[in-house]
Formats: sequence, C-alpha cells, structure tokens
Amino acid sequence: MNTSEIGILIVDDESSVRDSLYKWFLEDGYRVDTAADAKEALQKLQKQTWDIILLDIKMPGMSGLELQERIREIDPGIVIIIITAYASVDTAVTALKAGAFDYVTKPFDPDELEHLIRNAAEKRQLTRENLQLKEKIIQLNPEETIIAESPQMKHILELVDTVAQTDSTVLIHGESGTGKEVIARAIHNKSKRRLFPMIAVNCGAFPETLLESELFGHEKGAFTGAQYRRKGKIELADGGTLFLDEIGDISPKTQLDLLRVLETHQFNRLGGNQLVQSDFRLICATNKNLEEEVRKGNFREDLFYRINVFFILIPPLRERKEDIPALVHFFIRKYARTMNKPIYDISPEAMALMKNYTWPGNVRELENAIERAMVIGKPPMIHSKDLPFAQTSTAAVSQPESDSLEAIEKAHISAVLTRTHWNIKRSAEILNIDRVTLYNKIKKYNLQRP
Amino acid sequence: MTRKLYIVPIAHPRQENLELLRRTLSEIFTIPAEFLSLKLNIDSVYNIRRNQYHATEILAMLLRKMPADADRIIGVTNLDLYIPILTFVFGEAQLKGRAAVVSCFRLRNEFYGLPANNDLLAERFAKEAVHELGHTFGLIHCENPTCVMHASTYAEEIDLKNYQFCPNCRAVVNSKIR
Ligand SMILES: [Zn+2]
Ligand SMILES: [Zn+2]
Repeated sequence: MNTSEIGILIVDDESSVRDSLYKWFLEDGYRVDTAADAKEALQKLQKQTWDIILLDIKMPGMSGLELQERIREIDPGIVIIIITAYASVDTAVTALKAGAFDYVTKPFDPDELEHLIRNAAEKRQLTRENLQLKEKIIQLNPEETIIAESPQMKHILELVDTVAQTDSTVLIHGESGTGKEVIARAIHNKSKRRLFPMIAVNCGAFPETLLESELFGHEKGAFTGAQYRRKGKIELADGGTLFLDEIGDISPKTQLDLLRVLETHQFNRLGGNQLVQSDFRLICATNKNLEEEVRKGNFREDLFYRINVFFILIPPLRERKEDIPALVHFFIRKYARTMNKPIYDISPEAMALMKNYTWPGNVRELENAIERAMVIGKPPMIHSKDLPFAQTSTAAVSQPESDSLEAIEKAHISAVLTRTHWNIKRSAEILNIDRVTLYNKIKKYNLQRP
Repeated sequence: MTRKLYIVPIAHPRQENLELLRRTLSEIFTIPAEFLSLKLNIDSVYNIRRNQYHATEILAMLLRKMPADADRIIGVTNLDLYIPILTFVFGEAQLKGRAAVVSCFRLRNEFYGLPANNDLLAERFAKEAVHELGHTFGLIHCENPTCVMHASTYAEEIDLKNYQFCPNCRAVVNSKIR
C-alpha cells in the first residue's frame, strides 16, 4: 500500500489529540491534515478529497454524529472512524449504524491504531473499485435483488418493466417492510434516467420544517442553524428519480408546496428567491390507504391524482409464501458474504418455521431474522434455535391438535400470545380483533400465561 | 569543529548497557556519538493519572538544552513514555528535526512476563534509537520488514528488523549527512 496516496483528516477539538495523531500519521507517510471543529472539517472537505476521517464524536458546536451525516452527503465512500473519550457503547453503536466504519476509545494502543487505519485504507480502496464495478452490474442486472417466485411478484416485475420505459409518476402501496424502495429502484435502474441518481426521502422521518428544507434546500441564514447553503433533494434528483417514501405523512403545507413543484418543476430554496429548475421522475410510496386519507381530508385530492398515475400494489409476504424460501436463501448468501461466515444453508425444520410464520414486518423482518440467525448461528447451517421466534412458537403451541377450525384458532392465538410475550394489545392488533374478544378467547380455550 | 551526536541518559542509571547503542549510532550515522548528562526537570512531564512521562515534552526539554556543537540529540530512558492519544510509545522524534527520545521500559522481556535477556534488550534499544533518529532525517516508515525504519508497535517486531537502513532509506540519510 502506498500511504502517500491516502488522505487522512483528523477532526478533534483537543489540540493535543490532533497534534499527536497528525505526527503519528506523518511518520507513516500518509497525507494528513487536522480540523478543530465541524466547520473547519467541512471547509477542508470542500477543498480536497479525503479517504479516512477520524472523528471525535463529542465536540462543541455541531456534534460528531451530525458531521458524520454531512460527510456522507459529500462523499459516501469516505471511511469514518469514530474517536470517543468514553467507553460509550451507545454513541458508538449509533455512529456505526449511521455508517461509521469502526470506533476507538481514547487513548488507543499504537498497534490497534495501525491496524484500524490499514483496514480502513483497504476498505476505501475496495469501495472505489466496487463503485466502478457496481455501475456495470446495475446495467447488466437491474432487478438482481428482487425475488419473484410468486405469481404476484412476477406480475409486479412486468409492471416495473412497462412503467420504466415511460416518465410517468408511480405510486407504490404496500405494508412496511415489503420493499417499496427496492421496486422504486428497479424502475429507476431500468429507465433512461438510470445514469442519474435516484434520490430517496423518507417523508415520515422529518418534522414539517425540516422536511421542507430537506426537499427544497435552503440558503445560508434561512433559519437558525442554516450555516451553509444546502441543495434540497429535489434539486439533487435533477436528471434522475425522486423517491418519496411515506408520502401519506406529509403536512398540508408541504402537500401544497409539492403540488406546485410537480406542476412547474420549479421552486425556491428556503430563504431564497431565485427559481431553481429540476427535471425528475417522481415515485411515491405509502403504507396508508391514500384514497381513504383523501376522504378523511388528510390528503389533498389534487395531489393524490397527480401522484397516482401508475399504481403498483405489493402484497404482504404472508400472501405470497412462495417467495419465502428464495428470500431466505438470498439473505443467507448476502450475510455469508458480508459477515464472511460460512453458513450457506438452513435446516428443513427452520425453513418450515419461516414458511409458517406470518411476517407482520414482511421482507424486512425476514431479513432481520436471517441477519440475527447468521450472527448467533454456527456453520454450516441455520437451525430452528437460531430463529427469533423459535423458542416461543414451539411445535407444541403452534401445531393445532386437529384440523377443526377451533383447534387451529386456539393454536394460532396461543402462538401470537407467546410471540408478543402475552402483550394483549399487540396480540389483538396482530389478530385484528379487539381486546375484549381476545380475552374471551383466552378464557374459552383456557390459555395460560407461562 | 566536528558536530556531535549527544546521547542524554534520563533516569537511566546503568550507562554500561548503553555502549552498544552509542557504538551503533556512531557507526550508522558516521558521526562521533558521546554521552552527555543534563539536569532535566523530568517530574514536570510526569502524568500521575497515567503513571507515564510525556514524550513530546521531553523532546522540547532536550531542544532547549542542546549544546552548540550538537548535530543531533537523543534522550535515552527507562521511563514509560506516552503521547496523549496513545497508551504508550517506544520513542518519539521530531520529523526532519534535531531531537529524539527512546525508552527501554517496554522493550524488556520482563515487561511481558518473559525471562530477562540483557543482550536482546540492548539490541532492541539500539534499533529503536536508530529508528527515531532516522525520523529526524525526514524518513517515514518503510514497508521493508528488515529495514530499521519499519514501524514496530510491539517488542518482538523489533527483533525482525536490522540495525541498518534498507538501500532506499540509506540513500535519504546519506544525502543529508554532511
Ligand atoms: Zn517510527
Ligand atoms: Zn527502509
């Protein structure tokens, strides 16, 4: 490895930390610079490209986590290593979840630091190569992550093919975890816009004012905290696709602003008066019944008609169980690769459990279950005991005593209760009955809390 | 006037153990190397919480007291050294500067629960001294595992390398020796 080709930026408010790390990396031959706060770091990020950023999570002003988010917007390939003064696992885990590569607790062992930086540098090189590779793979096989064994999903893939050739607005409906973004991405990747970005915004994740600034961007000084001019997601989607998830959650004001943009493809950044143009295809997704929201007066009818041009409904996983085995194998391969763990199969009993489960959280819940099983399971295969619901839905409770409707109902209620640890409210929700009915059935079947 | 390399023992009572180090430095840098005793207020760089001594501040002290005829100055000590961000360092040097410091505290086998070996200790100490002085000639760490400029983060790693610079590193040093 040629260390002089690797740029390391150290961001820490303590000068002694900056200086000693600076010197340490200089002796290793890296290109290295320091920044005392987030502002200085952002300036240096504008001026030059960096490969590795060592970031103190706890700084005055903008927090390390916030800065981490900005860095990822500027260059998602930068490897971020979190420095923390405390053995604060929580903050570190938050940072890792937000995409940090690793974290170290001050002071570190020289050996630990050296290995960390070497691994980070390798990771950066791999990412660079992968980015180039990924471009090619996307063009060759755009639907690679869509598992479609069931007739419903095969039909959806046909719809994707059809709509991708047009520039029409698409509305995707499905329960949470059904993979609405994956479908949106498939449409994007098959469209003529695929060489431009697909920009995704989860509208449900922001309060009104933040969502507006996220979508439309803002000028410097537009509001307290707007220290930099920032482009909004609509602007970033120019040439490509704008994917608005949880569209049913946006406020009446944002609905109106969005409607205007859809009519003209022009808008102002917050606090600005210059008109900005953006040419994008819109894909929206929701887990709400938007027609009903329109009837209730929660969603603008004119906006609904504008976004509901081409409609795709993704059925919940429990209605297309044929997809489960393929999904299970897909995620096993995925995590075997990313975790570098030689688990390549699942036992027939465990697969039966997967197929019988109702998957209220859909594909995402299934993926999480596999990820967890891959962590706790032992090679070469996943067993029933590695699955999150294995201990609770044992054969005894989930197998009905006979095929009568009553026996099946009893077994099913018992399984749901065990799964929710006898949380009556959640069980009633899952069973789609009211709590009184549930209590009556518990009494009727003489179900006992363990 | 011939310029000299001064070796300053700091809290290092047994000067006879340093003879290999002195001879090695003199041969490798082709410069007269002599011991020099300086009165240093070492207590002022002691960190009571870490029970260690701040290497960078020792460097500053050496630079302040450097004799006029000194080309380079190196502190040798058996105090445990640190810099703020790391749990310890074997030594420290000014990159492209004049001063260095090395410690044998963590070079001793006994530190790792192994039987004492004074010859091995003297070898490790001499190598680390050459390494730190190498930095004052502007050398950065070398990928060559037998080159003395190869980075060592644990003691046994030092045993894998020579006292000598590899040809590339040697060329850099030669170009800077008057
Ligand atoms: Zn070194
Ligand atoms: Zn070398």
